[in-house]
Amino acid sequence: MIDALFNWFDERLGISGSGRKMLNKIFPDHWSFLIGEIALYSFIVLLVTGVFLTLYFVPSSKDVIYEGSYAPLRGQPVSEAFASTLNLSFAVRGGLLMRQMHHWAANIFVGSIVVHMLRIFFTGAFRKPRELNWIVGSTLLILAIFNGFLGYSLPDDLVSGTGIRISFSIVESIPLIGSYAAFFLFGGNFPGNAIIPRFFILHVLILPAVIVGLLSAHLGMLVRQKHTQFPGRGNTPRNVVGAPLWPTFVAKTTGFMCLTVAVTGVLSAFFQINPVWLYGPYVPYKVSYAVQPDWYMGWLDGALRIMPSWEIVGFGHMIPNVFFPAILLPGITFGVLQAWPFIEARITHDHAEHQILDRPRDRPKRTAFGTAVFSFYFVLFGASATDVLANYLSISLNVVLTSFRFLAIAVPLIVYPVTYRVCKEMQQVPTAGKRKRANVVLRSAEGGYSTVRAEERPGDTVPRVDPLPLDEDIQFLPVMADAVVTGNGFGEEAPPESPAESRSDRPRGGIFTIPRAYR
Amino acid sequence: MPDEPDATAGPSRPDGPDRRVRIPVTSVRVDAPQFQIAAKNPRRAELVASSGFLLAAAGFAGFGAAYWQNWSNFWLALTFSIGFAGLGYGMVVWGRYLMPRGPFSESRHSLVPTSAQREVFVQDFAIRGKVAVERRGFLVKTLGIASGILGVVLAFPLLRSLGPLPEKTLRQTAWRRGSYLVDITGRKIKTGDLEVGGFMTVFPETDIGGAYSQTMLIRVDPPPASGYLTPPPQFAKQRATWAPQGYIAFSKVCTHAGCPVGLYEELTKQMLCPCHQSLFNVTDAAIPIFGPAPRPLPQLPLYVDDEGYFRAQDGYDEPVGPGYWERGND
Repeated sequence: MIDALFNWFDERLGISGSGRKMLNKIFPDHWSFLIGEIALYSFIVLLVTGVFLTLYFVPSSKDVIYEGSYAPLRGQPVSEAFASTLNLSFAVRGGLLMRQMHHWAANIFVGSIVVHMLRIFFTGAFRKPRELNWIVGSTLLILAIFNGFLGYSLPDDLVSGTGIRISFSIVESIPLIGSYAAFFLFGGNFPGNAIIPRFFILHVLILPAVIVGLLSAHLGMLVRQKHTQFPGRGNTPRNVVGAPLWPTFVAKTTGFMCLTVAVTGVLSAFFQINPVWLYGPYVPYKVSYAVQPDWYMGWLDGALRIMPSWEIVGFGHMIPNVFFPAILLPGITFGVLQAWPFIEARITHDHAEHQILDRPRDRPKRTAFGTAVFSFYFVLFGASATDVLANYLSISLNVVLTSFRFLAIAVPLIVYPVTYRVCKEMQQVPTAGKRKRANVVLRSAEGGYSTVRAEERPGDTVPRVDPLPLDEDIQFLPVMADAVVTGNGFGEEAPPESPAESRSDRPRGGIFTIPRAYR
Repeated sequence: MPDEPDATAGPSRPDGPDRRVRIPVTSVRVDAPQFQIAAKNPRRAELVASSGFLLAAAGFAGFGAAYWQNWSNFWLALTFSIGFAGLGYGMVVWGRYLMPRGPFSESRHSLVPTSAQREVFVQDFAIRGKVAVERRGFLVKTLGIASGILGVVLAFPLLRSLGPLPEKTLRQTAWRRGSYLVDITGRKIKTGDLEVGGFMTVFPETDIGGAYSQTMLIRVDPPPASGYLTPPPQFAKQRATWAPQGYIAFSKVCTHAGCPVGLYEELTKQMLCPCHQSLFNVTDAAIPIFGPAPRPLPQLPLYVDDEGYFRAQDGYDEPVGPGYWERGND
C-alpha cells in the first residue's frame, strides 16, 4: 500500500533521486546549533496557538459593556478586543492555555533568536559565504521584535495601550515625515479606532507571511550552503561531519521540538503571563505604575528613560527627544548589525570562504567587541526598571537614573579589555573549558609523596572516530553493501528469491534495523 | 555513479513492487564503529525511551480528561506538557542512543561557479537582452510610462488613504475660550471641589476622556492676597491670572513620549510621569526637573465664572504632548 503510494508520487515527482541525497544530509552535532532550532520550534508553537487565538479574538476597538465571567470588570465599558481577550481566557476551554503558550512562545522566540545570533557572531559563522543569511537572520530578529510588540498590544489593556501611545510618539518623532507616518500608520491622531484592526492584520497575516518567507530562505540557504562546523577530528572545509537527516537527526530534532513545546507548556502552567484583566482596559488618561514592555523591548524603554532631556529646535522645526533613543539608536543598532559581515571583512581584509567556525577565544577582538556591545544593551535593559529598582532598593530615583547613565558608558569600556584579556589567557591554556582528569596525591609509608592520575570516569575522554563519508556511492547501512536491495526501503522485504538468499543468511535490510551484530 | 543497468537485476517489470536493483556501493565493513549504536545496553535504552512514550500517553490521556472535565488552566498545561516532555524525551533517547552513532560526513562543494559557467550565463543574458530589449527603445519607454503611472497611482490607496493629514490636530486640543472643566462623568467642577493638595483629571465638555485634552487640575495652596498663584518670574506678566484661588491646571500629556502624567506628590508639589519618570515642578510652571522630558507641561489658563464654575480663559497656547518635526518653537 505504502509502496504503491510512494511509487505513484515518485513517478510523478521523481523523489528517489534527490530524496536519497536529502536522507543523507548531514547535520553537525553541537549544543549551540540547537538554539536556532528552539527559535524555529517556538515559531511553530506561535503559529499553531496563534491560529487558535484568532478563532476567538475580535480585533475591534468598539466600546461594549463587559458582561463576561470575570466579576470585577462586569458592567464596565471596554473595547471588543479587550472583552474577547477576557472571554477567550475565561470562557473558552483551553483558551487561557493557548494564550499563555502564545505569549511565552513569543518571548522564547525572540530570546532564542538573540542567543542564536550571538552564537553566529562569536563563532564567525556570518563570514563568507554566509553574509546573506546573516542579513536574512537579523531581519527576522527585527520582524520578531516588531511582531511581538504588535501582538501584546492587541488585547487593548492599560499596559499595552500605554505602549501604543509611546510608539505613536516615537513614529511622530521621525524628522520630516514623522507626523504623516504616524497618522497614516494609526489611521489618524491617537488613539482613533483603526489601531487594533490594523495591528491585528499586521500581526496575524502580513508579518507572519514575511517571516515564513524569510525563514524558508534562511533554511534554504542553510541547506544549500551546508552547515558550518567547529574544528575537530575529521572536520575539514571540504566536508560536513555529523548525523544524517534520516533517521538520527529526524528523531533528535522531533524530540527537541516536543521538548520546546513542553517547556512552553510548563511555563504556561506555573507562570502567569500578561494577566490583562488585572491591568484593566486601556483608557487614555489612566496609567499604571511600573509600566514595562515585554523583555525584548526593554532596551528601548531603558534608552528612553536614561536619555538626557535634549531636543533640537531650529528653523521652525524640531527633532524631538524620543527620536534619539527610539529611532536613531535602533536604526544604528540594526544598521550595524546587518552590515557587520562587511564591516568585519573590511577591518580584517579577510575575504576568504569559511566553513570552519572560530572558537571565540581565538578572535579576542571580535569577542571583546561583541561582549562590550551586548553589555551596553544589557545596561539599557536594566535601565527599563529604574523605578522598580529605586523602590526595591529604597534609594532615590535620581541616583538610580544617574548611575544607569554612567553605567551605559562605563560598562562597555570595562567589558572590552576584560574580555580581551580573558580570551588571550584562554588561548594559552588549550584545555581550558575541557573536563580534566584528577591527579591523586599519595603519601607513601616512608612519608614521600607521589602523584598518579585518577581513574578515568565516563566522559573524561570522548573516543572519537573518523567520520564515515555518506556520499552518493555509499549506502547508509553497510549491511546492504552486498545484499540485493528489494522492496521499497520502507522496511518491507520481498520474499527471498532462492534458498541461498534465505533470511538467515542475509543481514536484515531496512532503514530502521540495526545490524544483527550490534543488537 | 554508473548508470548502466545491472546485469543481475534480470528482466522484470520496471514498476513492479518486486523490482530488484543492485545498488553499486563502495564496500564498507559491517563492523565500522560508526554504525554501532551509542547505547552500551540497547535493551535498557529501549526501555527508557518507551517509558518516555508511555508517560506521554498518560499525559495526553490526562489532557483529554482535563479538557473533558473542564479543569483549570494549570492541569491542562501540566498534562499537556507532561505529554510532550515524554514524547520529546523518548525521541531524543531513541535518536541519541539507538541509532548509529556516527560520525558521518558528506562532502561540501564550493558554490562558486567556474569563470566559464559565469561567462556563458552573462553572455546569454546580455545577448538575449540585447536582441529583445535594446532594439525596442520605444517599447521600453512606453512600458516605463505605464508602470511609472501605476506606481504613482498605487501610492494613494497604499499610503495616502491610510489616514488623514495631521493638519491642525496636533497643535490644537478641544479646549476653547470659556470651556467648562468637567470630570470623566461630565460633571462641571466648582471651586471647593478639591481639598488643598488634591488633584483630578478634567476635560472640556466637548471631549470627555480625550487623549489630548486631558488636563490635571491641582489645588496647590491657599492663594496669596491677590487671589492667584504667583507664576515664576519669566511668566510673571503672561500667567499672572491663570491659577485662581490656588487651583492650577496643566496638560496631562507628557512632553516626552505622551504618557499621562498621572502622579502628583503633594509634599514636593511635583508631577511624575510613570512611564519614564520625568518630574515636573508644579509651582515652577511645570518645568521638568528630572528625567528625559525636554519641555514643561503646557498650562491651561483658568478663571472662575460668576456661578463658581472653573472655565478655561482660552485653549493651550502651545501644542500639548511630545514633539514632532513641524512643531518648531511654538
